[in-house]
Amino acid sequence: MSNKSVELPESLVNRVESRIKGSKFASVSDYVTFVLREKLAEEESPKTPFSEEEEKKIKDRLRALGYL
Amino acid sequence: MISPHGGKLVDRTVPFEKRDQTVHEAARLTQLEISQDLARDVENIAYGAFSPLEGFLCQGDYESVLHTKRLQNDQVWTIPILLDVSKEELNGVKEGDRVTLVDNTRLPFALLDIEQTYTYDRKELAEKVYGTTDHAHPGVARTFAMKDLLVGGKITLIDPLFDEFQRLRLKPVETRVLFNEKGWRTIVGFQTRNIPHIGHEYVQKTALTFVDGLFINPVIGKKKKGDFKDEVILDAYNALLANYYLKDRTVLAILRMAMRYAGPREAIFHAIIRKNFGCTHFVVGRDHAGVGSYYPPYAAQQIFEEFPDLQIVPLFFTAFFYCSKCESVVNEKICPHGAQYRIDFSGTKLRGKLSSGDAPPKELIRPEVAEVLLKHKDPFVE
Repeated sequence: MSNKSVELPESLVNRVESRIKGSKFASVSDYVTFVLREKLAEEESPKTPFSEEEEKKIKDRLRALGYL
Repeated sequence: MISPHGGKLVDRTVPFEKRDQTVHEAARLTQLEISQDLARDVENIAYGAFSPLEGFLCQGDYESVLHTKRLQNDQVWTIPILLDVSKEELNGVKEGDRVTLVDNTRLPFALLDIEQTYTYDRKELAEKVYGTTDHAHPGVARTFAMKDLLVGGKITLIDPLFDEFQRLRLKPVETRVLFNEKGWRTIVGFQTRNIPHIGHEYVQKTALTFVDGLFINPVIGKKKKGDFKDEVILDAYNALLANYYLKDRTVLAILRMAMRYAGPREAIFHAIIRKNFGCTHFVVGRDHAGVGSYYPPYAAQQIFEEFPDLQIVPLFFTAFFYCSKCESVVNEKICPHGAQYRIDFSGTKLRGKLSSGDAPPKELIRPEVAEVLLKHKDPFVE
């Protein structure tokens, strides 16, 4: 996977540098990558769509199998 | 409800109205025979258990998974799902072609659109996925027995394969509807390849105490010598659930898939699959998906720290045992008594008892489960 650079305020970088001392994060980049992945995973979560017809068919099968 | 991995539940099955037309098309195409294990991977891709995968990995994703434990699009993925073929099997088929996949019964069951064929390094694959190149490791042995080329591309399932346990098999879309219908918002997934002993029951019920529902999802498929046979595992679970579990809080359904025994990497893979089934939590015990002593006992728990974006929440359990002083199942975090009071849930001890026709002690196995086990003349994989 290739990498790209982003710009961050120096004060923020300083805070992250102090925060990660002695932690599992080897660099500011590691920390920012971790936090962004966590945030994006939260925000990119759409609902799973079921059509009414599809849901009815599934429920019928689940009843036939004794799950409902 | 938790989103499927990658945001969308994959469906690579042929719609009912197009089935006949697709069967005719499949009959005219070159056939590629694949093993039962690979055929089950095809089904899991088609039904969305392996979402976001839509087919076998192409080279970019293969290398990305090997080196970063992520697909090229940055989504977490730790076990490469690969289709290996020989040059002879390809028989003139090239990238861009569509072939029919047949299983060992020669029945066409799926289509594969070949995007890429590529070579790979078996040693590197074994080292990265299993952390070893020792051929005594079952996953490594399987890797070194793979054919020379890998084929990447999307699959389309025409018909499901025969399954003797069909009544216990649910697709991710079905479990999601089921959990929703039961009113469960939080569900803990429990992966197993073993018969249930009291220690498993303790873990499952402890986990269930904190969520709405328990999804017990035994892996049914190729296992190693000495593991319990599939029918034995399912009979044992049915006996346990009928006698000791609330029906409204527990669902038992199988997962058709071969074990890889890849320890930490496989723990993540197992969690992703359960996320696709709709689980919000996943139990990870000591030496999850391990074999022999290839992995440190809690490596399969530590690896979760690498993935803040996995979303499914791992529930970590330490080793547990029966303490005759506490008179209950406990673990090393809560029991103050010495080793002389401990009865370990040793698989070897259990196998020994069963092989000699004796019922294991009730501290280890529920009597109803022991009765089922003893009814099976030969309960182990040979």
